[in-house]
Amino acid sequence: MTVLQMYEKRPRLWIRNLVAIGVVTILLIWSTTVMGDSSGAGESGAKVAVNILLGIFHPDLSFLFDFSSQGVGYLLLETISIAFLGTIVGFVFAIPFSFLGASNIVPRPIALVFRISVMAIRTIPVFIYGLMFIRVTGPGPFAGLLTMAVSSIGMLSKMFIETIEDLDPHIIESLDAAGCTVFQKIRYGIIPQLAADFGSTLIYRFDMNLRDATVLGLVGAGGMGAPLLFAMSSYRWGQVGSILAGLVILVLAVEYCSNRIRNRLIKGY
Amino acid sequence: MQLYDRLFPPRIMELPNGKKVEEKRSRTPMIAALLLVFVAVSVRVTGFSLTTLITRGSYFFDILKRMFPPNTGYISSVWKPLFDTIKMSFLGSFIGAALAVPMAFAASGNMVRNRVFSAAARFILSVLRTLPTLVTALIATYIFGLGTTAGTIAIAVFTFSYLGKLLYEQIETADMGPFDAMEAMGAGRIRCFIGAIVPQILPGYLSNSLYCFEGNVRYASILGYVGAGGLGLILNENIGWREYDKVGMILLILFVTVVIIEYISHALRQKLT
Repeated sequence: MTVLQMYEKRPRLWIRNLVAIGVVTILLIWSTTVMGDSSGAGESGAKVAVNILLGIFHPDLSFLFDFSSQGVGYLLLETISIAFLGTIVGFVFAIPFSFLGASNIVPRPIALVFRISVMAIRTIPVFIYGLMFIRVTGPGPFAGLLTMAVSSIGMLSKMFIETIEDLDPHIIESLDAAGCTVFQKIRYGIIPQLAADFGSTLIYRFDMNLRDATVLGLVGAGGMGAPLLFAMSSYRWGQVGSILAGLVILVLAVEYCSNRIRNRLIKGY
Repeated sequence: MQLYDRLFPPRIMELPNGKKVEEKRSRTPMIAALLLVFVAVSVRVTGFSLTTLITRGSYFFDILKRMFPPNTGYISSVWKPLFDTIKMSFLGSFIGAALAVPMAFAASGNMVRNRVFSAAARFILSVLRTLPTLVTALIATYIFGLGTTAGTIAIAVFTFSYLGKLLYEQIETADMGPFDAMEAMGAGRIRCFIGAIVPQILPGYLSNSLYCFEGNVRYASILGYVGAGGLGLILNENIGWREYDKVGMILLILFVTVVIIEYISHALRQKLT
């Protein structure tokens, strides 16, 4: 067949494409009602935008480099601490969930029950957990920590279950044949298979928790959200700028490090 | 690492053939020690206390218990905010995804020869990506006023930065053969992009956009907390009034919606790839 004949017989997808474009257009028209629904602001909005930009390029330097318990430095430390400890506590809780949810460890029905409960934990927005934990511990970083821990369980368990189900049983069988005890089988047969994947998942979750921890402050659960909200509502754009600058630098730095460590863990270089 | 090896010199073993090999000391103690220090600092900073958790932990489940059974009579007031949320995430995802294409084009090193230009585009994408959606929404409410406009903008910004990154990575790994061929025939850079690169990246791009939309429905549901419209508004209100049975209803409907949207988008994405 010549190229021309092939071209003549090309698949005609215009009906499918037309339907897809039509559906998207209808949905777009349907959803445009959300634009223009705003109260307040108006012309002053542009001025605010300019002010925020100015604030970001002229941050309040004394606030940015203030390492007492009020400054950005401390807020960053608090945010890191919340995310870090939240990840660790979440890890501790996720372990039983993931072993009990793996269908090669426990019978299928039990695994299913635990998987469904993990899904249910994942559904509730982080921010609802935050409000719930504030009732338990009062506002402060501790509430944020618990929130991070609970919201980590869902994703960590999901990834861990996949890793556990990929375990190679032959290694354990051969250790068994060599006469190893249960402890030795776990130490030399199971942990080496899980450690790299678990570590990589944990670091990734820490990265995510760090982003989430920044907004938890908005509900009063520690971190930099609350000072940001106060600075914005009192129009101190310099402080807003320095908080945002701190946030951007922190997240970019942690992302860079975590990518490097994860690459080392997974690929070995 | 070199300092660590100098402090704890590697063990030297001699093989039967006389060759010497080094076994480096395990890094585990160092990592464990570092982690312990971090934990200790974090415990101090966050005020972690197990006693509070044990004595007052049951309050957490109290709220959960009061969410059941959900108040089914409240369902009629949930529809409008729910559709607002879906509309916000749809429109926001669409705008963000559309704007991400030229940005990704500008950020990919094989399309734009100017290194400085593409580095600047990437930097903008990275900075925007670090801003949490809730913070973007908060800023947007100051610029566009309270309401769903701010929420839509916030979602558009997030989608723009996220998709932009994925897209430029895709463009950079695309097969450049067809592109070079078209360029050799005298087509312009943009014409080559549309003819040679777009067909390669389109399925991935559409699939990522759908995935983004899926996630955005979840995010959009909480944006109301900063006044950016949608479900978060009534969610926050009812938590404030401690009407947890209504909160339960909202969460239930949100759950069902998210599952349906995820199902549709999953099916579509399977077809795309």
